Amino acid sequence: MRALRRANFSTVMLILGLVFLYLPMVVLIVYSFNASRLVTVWAGFSTQWYGELFRDRQILAAVWTSLRIAFFAASMAVCLGTVAAFVMTRYGKFRGKTALSSMVTAPLVMPEVIVGLSLLLLFVQMAQLIGWPADRGMATIWIAHTTFCSAYVAVVVAARLREMDRSIEEAAMDLGSPPVKTFFFITLPIILPALAAGWLLAFTLSLDDLVIASFVSGPGANTLPMVVFSSVRLGVSPKINALATLIILAVSLATLLAWYLMRRSETRRQQMLKQRDA
Amino acid sequence: MPTRFTATLKRWRLGRRAVIAFPLLWLTLFFLLPFALVLKISLAESTVAVPPYGPLLEYADQTLHVFLNLGNYLFLLSDSLYVAAYWGSIKMAFLATLVCLLMGYPMAYAMARASARWQLILLLLVMLPSWTSFLIRVYAWMGILSNSGLLNNLLLWLGVIESPLRIMNTQIAVVIGIVYAYLPFMVLPLYAHLTRMDNSLLEAASDLGSRKINTFLKVTLPLSMGGIIAGSMLVFIPAVGEYVIPELLGGPNTLMIGKVLWEEFFLNRDWPVASALAMVMLLLLLIPIVLFHRYQSRELEK
Repeated sequence: MRALRRANFSTVMLILGLVFLYLPMVVLIVYSFNASRLVTVWAGFSTQWYGELFRDRQILAAVWTSLRIAFFAASMAVCLGTVAAFVMTRYGKFRGKTALSSMVTAPLVMPEVIVGLSLLLLFVQMAQLIGWPADRGMATIWIAHTTFCSAYVAVVVAARLREMDRSIEEAAMDLGSPPVKTFFFITLPIILPALAAGWLLAFTLSLDDLVIASFVSGPGANTLPMVVFSSVRLGVSPKINALATLIILAVSLATLLAWYLMRRSETRRQQMLKQRDA
Repeated sequence: MPTRFTATLKRWRLGRRAVIAFPLLWLTLFFLLPFALVLKISLAESTVAVPPYGPLLEYADQTLHVFLNLGNYLFLLSDSLYVAAYWGSIKMAFLATLVCLLMGYPMAYAMARASARWQLILLLLVMLPSWTSFLIRVYAWMGILSNSGLLNNLLLWLGVIESPLRIMNTQIAVVIGIVYAYLPFMVLPLYAHLTRMDNSLLEAASDLGSRKINTFLKVTLPLSMGGIIAGSMLVFIPAVGEYVIPELLGGPNTLMIGKVLWEEFFLNRDWPVASALAMVMLLLLLIPIVLFHRYQSRELEK
């Protein structure tokens, strides 16, 4: 009865919303084990599409390309985004601050087709003027991904920098620690969880991007979304369902791990507070 | 030793400038400058060459010729296809944003009311889909919405309909796709605002005899306005330029500007017209972008 009384409108909407978000993914997973090639007809359990997925050279090569780009783009985006966030939250007023804050937040909402087109035009122009990049491919995708991912990193890191206790930084500076040393030995260790979260977010964003990569890539580099897209355009295929299942599994496991770590640190903090009170 | 002190101070100031310069230069080169190039090439003439556009400046016979070709923009206005595509994009993005808001607000509200432990779990549950692949989440709807898809099979089996509904390759499918893909981006800022809200304000309102619905309309809603704006812009602006969703779910008859731009660029290889399309899209989105930026920079600098 209590549960019924508590089931008000917003709770019902939350449950319905979560069903809406997860049902299509469940369908995707279920049909990856379908023996039939048709996604609409169930013809018994089979894992044959996973076997075909692992024999598909093109998809495997694309996975490797995408993982490498995502790794390097996320790492660079963390450097760039952290510096941008630090400058925005700690430096007070300086010339170019409005420009910087606009350029940090604009990529969050800029339509992908515009970002992709504009970067491609830049690379073409650069190739004409200075001869680089002569071939578009992994390097150009890396630059493009770093640029838009750093915006997301900056937002995540800035949030942490703002809520962090500044008195520790100030104490170090008062004791004569130079700014660089203060940053690396005081600020950085404190905001490390935010950097990790930002890196993971940038990594998934880079792995996921189709439109920008399609614009700035050359004939040499095919990322996973590009290969999946050209296959999906022709219609549904159980092999893509198998790939989707593996992606959903990997993301779920990573999220579960993150949740476990966050809960553990929270419990530990509670215990410490209790000990202090006692 | 004042000289050593000033030297250190000078070095710090130099370091400070270098720290500012790193993100500023990167973003100027790879974000701002490209937009100037889009503007430039939108004013160029399309040619059969590599790259496929003509020069704006030419120096011959001791005169500098400046070619500003407004033809691309006039072409966009003259062809009703482009006007229809812009209108279609804005209409569809607006509709999807509205649905996202109506679904997302109660969701975020319920999340903010949950216990601390549940809040984290619910937050992860809402965000998890957006960390998987966008492309694959849109692809999931292809199998559900098609004429012989799961939704039609279910409705036929239940006896609700007698012949399959045509949802796939219509505008409804595109709106469903946008709502599905962007819902987490609506819920997140709304939740952030609602959870930060001071509960004592609600208690004060109820102590003073305000009815629940009245409290919601006069206290909760205005206080979460920042979240409503941020969430709506996070859905609306990217949705206007969306390419993947109309391409996969909208079929050939759905006109949206992101798709038209893509085809103009990749199929027709008309870079100047594609650039002009991008410039006009940017112009249409200027007000929403400024709105979002004002909100976001306030958050960043707070």
